[in-house]
Amino acid sequence: MKHGKWPLIVTFLVPPVLLYLVFVVSPYLQAFQISTTDWLGYSADANPVGLANFKALWHDDYVWNALKNNVILLALVPVLTIVLGLFFATMLALGGRKGSAGVTGVRGGALYRTVYFFPQVLSVVIIALLWKEVYHPNKGLLTSALHGLGLPSPTWLGDPATAFWCVLAVMVWSNVGFYVVLFGAAMSAVPKEIYEAVLLDGASRFTTLRRVTLPLLWDTVQVAWVYLAIFALDGFILVQLMTNGGPNFSTDVIGVRMYDTAFGSETKFGYASAIGVVMFFLTLSVAVLSLRIGRRERIEYS
Amino acid sequence: MNRRDILRRSAAAGLLATPAAGLLSGCATGGGGDKNDAETYQGTKSAQNPLGVKEDAPLEVVIFGGGFGEEYAKAHEAMYTEKYPKAKIKHSSTQEISKTLQPRFVDGTPPDVVNNSGSGQIDFNGLVSQNALAGLDELLAAPSLDIPGKTVKDTLLPGAVEVGSYDGKFLVLNYTYTAYGIWHSAKLFAHRGWSYAKNWDEHIALCKQIKAAGIAPWTYAGLHPRYMSWPLISTAIKLGGPSVATAIDNLEPNAWKSDSMRTAADAWHQIVKDKFILDGSPGLDHKQSQTAWCQGKAAFISCGSWLESEQKDVTPAGFNMTIAPTPSLGSGDKLPFEAIRGTAGEPFMVPAKARNVAGGLEYFRTMLSKKGAQDFTKKVASLTVVAGASEGVELPYGLSTVVKALDASGANGFNWVYNNFYRKLERNLVDAACGEFFSGRIGPAEFLEQCQKGADSIAQDSSIKKYKRAA
Repeated sequence: MKHGKWPLIVTFLVPPVLLYLVFVVSPYLQAFQISTTDWLGYSADANPVGLANFKALWHDDYVWNALKNNVILLALVPVLTIVLGLFFATMLALGGRKGSAGVTGVRGGALYRTVYFFPQVLSVVIIALLWKEVYHPNKGLLTSALHGLGLPSPTWLGDPATAFWCVLAVMVWSNVGFYVVLFGAAMSAVPKEIYEAVLLDGASRFTTLRRVTLPLLWDTVQVAWVYLAIFALDGFILVQLMTNGGPNFSTDVIGVRMYDTAFGSETKFGYASAIGVVMFFLTLSVAVLSLRIGRRERIEYS
Repeated sequence: MNRRDILRRSAAAGLLATPAAGLLSGCATGGGGDKNDAETYQGTKSAQNPLGVKEDAPLEVVIFGGGFGEEYAKAHEAMYTEKYPKAKIKHSSTQEISKTLQPRFVDGTPPDVVNNSGSGQIDFNGLVSQNALAGLDELLAAPSLDIPGKTVKDTLLPGAVEVGSYDGKFLVLNYTYTAYGIWHSAKLFAHRGWSYAKNWDEHIALCKQIKAAGIAPWTYAGLHPRYMSWPLISTAIKLGGPSVATAIDNLEPNAWKSDSMRTAADAWHQIVKDKFILDGSPGLDHKQSQTAWCQGKAAFISCGSWLESEQKDVTPAGFNMTIAPTPSLGSGDKLPFEAIRGTAGEPFMVPAKARNVAGGLEYFRTMLSKKGAQDFTKKVASLTVVAGASEGVELPYGLSTVVKALDASGANGFNWVYNNFYRKLERNLVDAACGEFFSGRIGPAEFLEQCQKGADSIAQDSSIKKYKRAA
């Protein structure tokens, strides 16, 4: 077997590594280089300006405003999504209590699972357009429902007081389904005996979730946390399509700022790259932090 | 051999690949510069061929696939190849001009003709400050293709050259002629016995009447509220004269807070205060608000003359959309009621590094021929900058009201260009301020303050090239 190893390694390792270098690593390196220039994107001239872009960034109120929104998203989207995801997954896997024949999910679990997973099948663009119509201030689903009940309705995406929360709701809505499935899969790996024992001890469903399921699923929750944190730091597609950062920058996020600086209202590619570099480090630190903070003893079933 | 060896060796392989990555990292900004000596096509100039087109040189045309479609461009291309049968034309159409063409500009191999339009438009400030555009003066001096005895410049409507000029250099051909005004349905007004008000007090009185009839007087594109900055600035210019616009364009200190702007903002605040705007408008985009207007839910809307073709699919038969100038504030106005904002729009450009610059200019000459312009007006129902080219063409109702309004406005017509000079100022900053103002969250003073703050931030940004225009 010894002499057959190298060709195998080379054929399987070199192409992906090369692809990774060309399409992932090199653009990153390039962004770092461009962020220290005043490149305007439509000629080959770029003058090095050192850290001037980063200095300008520090004083840019619009960037800070976008960052503030990202921080709120970072604080809320993962928590809401994971809590909802865990709740739904638990109900689907072990919520049923009627049958008393052991541990089962609620009735119609398969249907719920499909419904929850539905947003995952749709492209993000379709989700954004769909919700833009749901939020239509005159004939949208939400407005009509409220009017039907005789209640006044806000203008949703048209009002800085509500627009941000509307977008946040869509972010949670479109992500929950995936985590229901992810947590559901992780739960099915937990031996049934544990739950049966818990059931015999007479624990409520909430105690079961908090004291048994959550600790056993900790690894998965942690992965979910990192994914969702990275998503919350981005949030670009939904925001760009639904509000493009408006009204009055109330839904602006750092990704939209970067895009707008390079391709939107300006062509400052150097400055946009500087925003990108900042985003890179933010995402990196958030990922590292959440992995560190969440570190716990791993449980192995034998 | 163990696992660790493999890891170590693949790390070494990674190191080997790093210099290659380093080379790659140079290419986003590195290329291009030295490709200047690549072959460019130049023929000999003659009376028949004033621009020196090389007759067999290929020509590449990129069209913005927006409201006008691309059929009109194919017709222009056919006219070009009729004159130069040996030339091969490469035609393409995209909605994402900026994303599609940016690498080619950097690489130094841009197409020969670009219709730089739409929301994916490349910011002109960036293009001009990087000298990426070819000058069009030679085109202006060339004789018109089919209007005898006139140069191309002589055939253009007034203002067509100015709007495409940066620091006095003509760089961008804006092909269509657009009027910006307030639109209403002649059918609705006739049916109800209303008539369009010529001054502001009457306008407010009319709004009251309309509201009493159960229709919202106004609606606007709440998600793109800059549409409402157009009638507001127009009102100010009619009050204070064209210098109001020059001051804004030239980023003069406190230009947004001039007396005329103050008076105009105070006046427009009335329609917000008195709740003359359709409920929910702040949450509508341009299509949604225009559709609400076409459905008769609102009486007035602010838009440019592209409105009719944009709404073609949803406009009821006999709706008869009609453009009108903004109402005068009073007898003290420097410009008469008829004065309307008219400007050349739909920008076309020839990149400086295009290989067939002469061909690009000749293509423009074809577009600006009477035949080319008439064909465009017929195909897309929009006016061109070629004077008199719509004569004899049957125009749809809305466009015929635009022609009438422009005729009545005549030499009193006005325009501003800060949106071309500093795209960000209109698209982001003034836009956001308009959103706050017309939804009633801020008053006129704060509105002008926010606009001024935006203009000041552009003025102070040393990385943005500044342009001046003469009064």
